[in-house]
Amino acid sequence: MGMTITEKIIAAHAGKDRVVPGELVEVTVDVMLANDITAPLSIKELEKRGIATIADPEKIVLVADHNTPARDISSAENVKLMREFAKKHGIRHFFEGGEVGIEHVLLPELGLVVPGDLVIGADSHTCTYGALGAFATGMGSTDLAASWVLGRTWLRVPESLKFVLSGERRPFVTGKDLILFIIGQIGVDGARYCAMEFEGPVIQSLSMDERFTMANMAIEAGAKNGIIAPDDTTLAYVRATGTSRTPRLFSSDPDAEWKEIHTIDVSSIEPQVAFPHLPSNTRSVYAIPKIEIDQVVIGSCTNGRIEDLRMAASVLRGRKVRKGVRLLIFPGSPKVLKQAEEEGLIKIFLEAGAVIAPPSCGPCLGGHLGVLASGERCASTTNRNFIGRMGHETSEVYLVNPYIAASSAVAGYITSPERL
Amino acid sequence: MIRGKAVVFGDNVDTDVIIPARYLTSTDPEELGKHCMEGLDPHFPQRITPGATILVAGKNFGCGSSREHAPLALKGCGVSAVVAASFARIFFRNAINIGLPILESEEAARGIREGDTVSIDLARGEIRNETTGEIFWARPFPPFLQEIIAAGGLMNLVEKRVKG
Repeated sequence: MGMTITEKIIAAHAGKDRVVPGELVEVTVDVMLANDITAPLSIKELEKRGIATIADPEKIVLVADHNTPARDISSAENVKLMREFAKKHGIRHFFEGGEVGIEHVLLPELGLVVPGDLVIGADSHTCTYGALGAFATGMGSTDLAASWVLGRTWLRVPESLKFVLSGERRPFVTGKDLILFIIGQIGVDGARYCAMEFEGPVIQSLSMDERFTMANMAIEAGAKNGIIAPDDTTLAYVRATGTSRTPRLFSSDPDAEWKEIHTIDVSSIEPQVAFPHLPSNTRSVYAIPKIEIDQVVIGSCTNGRIEDLRMAASVLRGRKVRKGVRLLIFPGSPKVLKQAEEEGLIKIFLEAGAVIAPPSCGPCLGGHLGVLASGERCASTTNRNFIGRMGHETSEVYLVNPYIAASSAVAGYITSPERL
Repeated sequence: MIRGKAVVFGDNVDTDVIIPARYLTSTDPEELGKHCMEGLDPHFPQRITPGATILVAGKNFGCGSSREHAPLALKGCGVSAVVAASFARIFFRNAINIGLPILESEEAARGIREGDTVSIDLARGEIRNETTGEIFWARPFPPFLQEIIAAGGLMNLVEKRVKG
């Protein structure tokens, strides 16, 4: 019996020839990530206990991306705590100020994660790196603190679900729509505890940016990780980062064991809108009533990369944001922002009447920089639409791709580019 | 033995409603506890008797964010244990790591109503609905997790390993 890519990566980090689903294993970890919300808990836990042992500072990455630029005094204190911890332990990969990007946009860009890695992060969207052919999963602050000390963590080997995507994509159907469609099919716990592996001709045709979007939202189906086997597209991306680390290429065996196999013809999939208050409440954009909106957010670890901004700009070029609607654009990293500026996208956004925000998680989790008032509605390229996610408990978030977000900002209600 | 009145919620209770992100700049369980479950019930802290409340929920409890502030908030406001039909995996790890007792049982989640008196024998995984007399059994934890639970959380084990 063969193994899946997820099982192979875990086995390689457990020092074993093979692992099977359900097995508990201890693994070495290549990258251990935390942010300004989760790292303070980890740091305080270690300091309270007087533990000063750090297994390998090179493997720790700290990104102050959530409540930054500091939203208030306690946010500033949290970043200060991270800064001092990084200095004390010689952690080079601490990012703040002009170096900061949204963690899951930033780490791949800088070549800090490569194919074959085993990554844990105190952030649920750590599963994003599965797009590189790495095993990456979210955990909490205590697990991260323990891994910083030991250089290892424990894992339950997940069962794998395979999603095979083929067919021709319709206009304005992006990686975001494919993953929203899948979550709509299997539900928010449809992949609970499992690995979601994406493959097939449609996946092979996706750019890295769209692959990141898909792997990013695996957690929204309850998955432990989302993963795509590395191919030429992956390797070209990794090479371009100039990383000094060596990729290890794994792929699933033909006789690997799958808990479920889902074969999806994408030809019939239309751009998706996930209605409040679950990412699985998906409908086709062509089959929804008129939903007027107050705000549009384009950005986040899901859709804050350069291609996402290009999609938005293609709609906004020469158009204006409707009076009464706030369009907030969050480039995912300094590199994305710079590239958007060089390509003239920022000019298009400003002329359309958008607000350009700094690279930050911002309003995605209702932190700052665009929180919603009672009863307000937002069309957003982010990943969650839970009750109160972006602000007041009676506000509403509709999850969409960047084309739909941009069109909605122009129309004042949720719509698609060809209907403008 | 844990004993208390049940407060009941449905499926897919996410970490954004357990503790909204605007409060995450704090790491203090008591402070977080003041806002626990605010997204679903702003008066939740008044619904519970600290040390004598058991939260009962449907499937996929704790889905969403990795914020450990969620189990900390539940602990901080005095919830003694969470019984659910199933847990989202990051919440599951976090609860065990910080020593919040959790029990997985579909039958218990179905068989306990708001206000029922529930007693739990953690070591045996026994959940007793004293109001109806029904007894439920939680899914047992693997030995390694039992070790973390017995140690009172993951960091106690780590500290032992480091300091010898």
